[in-house]
Amino acid sequence: MQRLILAALLIALFTLPFTFASSVTIATLIFAKALAVLGIFVLLQAGQVSFGHGMFFAAGAYAAAYFGVVWRAPDLLVLTVAVIAISGVSGLIIGLFVSRYRLIFFSMLNLAFSMVLFALLEKLFHYTGGTDGMRIRRPSLMGYTFSRSDFDMAMFYYALILMVLCTGLVWLYLRSPLGQALKAVKVNETRLEYIGLSANHTLLVAYVFSAVLAGLGGLAFGLVQGLATPDLTFWTRSGEFVFIAVLGGIGSVFGVFAGTAVYEIVRFYAAALLDDSWQLILGITLIAVILTVPSGLIGLPARLRAAFGGARTNGKDKA
Amino acid sequence: MTTTLALIALLDGISYASLLFLVAVGLTLIFGVLGVLNVAHGSLYAIGAYMAATLGGWLTAQGYNPWLTFPALMAAAILTGVVVGGLMERFLLRQIYEKDPTLQLLITFAVFMVLENVQRMVWGVQPYFMSEPLRALGNIELLGIRYTAYQIVFLPVMAILTMVGLRYFLRHTLAGAKIVAVTEDREAATSIGIDARKVYFVTFVIGACLAAMGGALATPTTSVLPGMGANMIVLSFAVAATAGLGNIEGALLAALLIGVARSFAVYIMPETEVLMPYLIMVLILLWRPMGLFGAVQARKI
Repeated sequence: MQRLILAALLIALFTLPFTFASSVTIATLIFAKALAVLGIFVLLQAGQVSFGHGMFFAAGAYAAAYFGVVWRAPDLLVLTVAVIAISGVSGLIIGLFVSRYRLIFFSMLNLAFSMVLFALLEKLFHYTGGTDGMRIRRPSLMGYTFSRSDFDMAMFYYALILMVLCTGLVWLYLRSPLGQALKAVKVNETRLEYIGLSANHTLLVAYVFSAVLAGLGGLAFGLVQGLATPDLTFWTRSGEFVFIAVLGGIGSVFGVFAGTAVYEIVRFYAAALLDDSWQLILGITLIAVILTVPSGLIGLPARLRAAFGGARTNGKDKA
Repeated sequence: MTTTLALIALLDGISYASLLFLVAVGLTLIFGVLGVLNVAHGSLYAIGAYMAATLGGWLTAQGYNPWLTFPALMAAAILTGVVVGGLMERFLLRQIYEKDPTLQLLITFAVFMVLENVQRMVWGVQPYFMSEPLRALGNIELLGIRYTAYQIVFLPVMAILTMVGLRYFLRHTLAGAKIVAVTEDREAATSIGIDARKVYFVTFVIGACLAAMGGALATPTTSVLPGMGANMIVLSFAVAATAGLGNIEGALLAALLIGVARSFAVYIMPETEVLMPYLIMVLILLWRPMGLFGAVQARKI
């Protein structure tokens, strides 16, 4: 049953340009953001919240901008590999430091690092273009150069494939021994250490993984926008990722996609009306979700069933 | 770098550190007692600043004596701390003390988002100025340098008074003793008849007032802008973490260290100004993971 739903969902997504052609760009942005949210989701498995993953998001976008300056029309696949390497290495460097901490320190140190990057991107305008940011050139793909409309379509499939692959990877990762160990970081670190696994290393692996996910998200996001700006690493951006992850629910990888889609669609249609009070609404919703539906959107059907059907269903640990 | 310039940098640093200390000590006090890191602390700082600018600006526009802006600064800080801080504790934090620390963090982060937005709705995005207190106190000369008395006398005196007052309050008054008792062992304190809920409330309001006071006192020296709250929360966290979260006396030293280092960076390498506080924090945390004066404890933070 679940496989059927999954297959139907995938078919619907891959045929989206033919069924709802107008939604291609917003769908691409949803996939790009979902990648970053996936990164937050991985860390949430260990009970850790990063308020600073915008920094890897920005790193992905700025990397694309720099390669565009150096190579004119870089190849999309080369760009992807480069961004994986860059965000992975920066994730490793920062991770070596932050993985020694948990909870408050973990969150706030991430926030601090992302604020530093934000300030640097704004200040060093000779290299980064300051607040205006940098233009990202359209990449080529194996020698093929895209026209404007081709590119939108190519980006849609690029982001979609990337997201599907990454979601699959995260799913496999969380089922692997390493992923199980990650969940143990949240539950009981001492026991984890007793069976001979280092909690810090387990978290570090997850951190590097999540940094790469956020970097790839930033790359796809930047390519679609054609622009890399410092606000990609502003705290509101990182806060948004956390918000979506919590909204979607931390029990299942599919919650990430559901959360991002709901969030972006609401934002897309409501932003024009509510631009001034957008954060206000986000904040209040976040509080309401945490206090009333801690399992998030993905846990909502199970909760409703439990509430109305009387039968207790186990909605957690489906990932 | 000449001696004069070094001295100016030092004075800048001291005046900045005084403000930083006021905000950071509020953050660290709340954490020490309630065990909650209040991310919305930066918003209280910003709202305090906006309130002070509004109140002070109104007084000046009405043609009152500029000296009256001093009580206005205090009034703005206390008003903000009691109203915003009080409401926040009473209606939100009280519900989450038993919850997962991750959720507590998320809730205060959500409050931060809300308050940042409310600020923008109430005060808009244009900068506010209120320099009356600065001018009222005039300049003083120190080793051949003319500096505003407000920044180099008033602010440090306020910081030291706060520090001494807080120490006295916690160690030599009944209310303070209750706070210390609840911090040490909540259950034991409750069993001898201390109302832990009230202690939490009072502590949170005091902490909130300190943040708002930092903001209000900063108003004469800087323009009040959106975004100042976000910067302040990470900065004051850097100070509190460097000192060791929950450590009040250490916060003064850490604030001085970070404030002075930052102002020297402004004069020597302006690009590194924003990096300086974090660089210090990272270096100190690498050396002592729980901060300068933090006690080693079973992993809680």
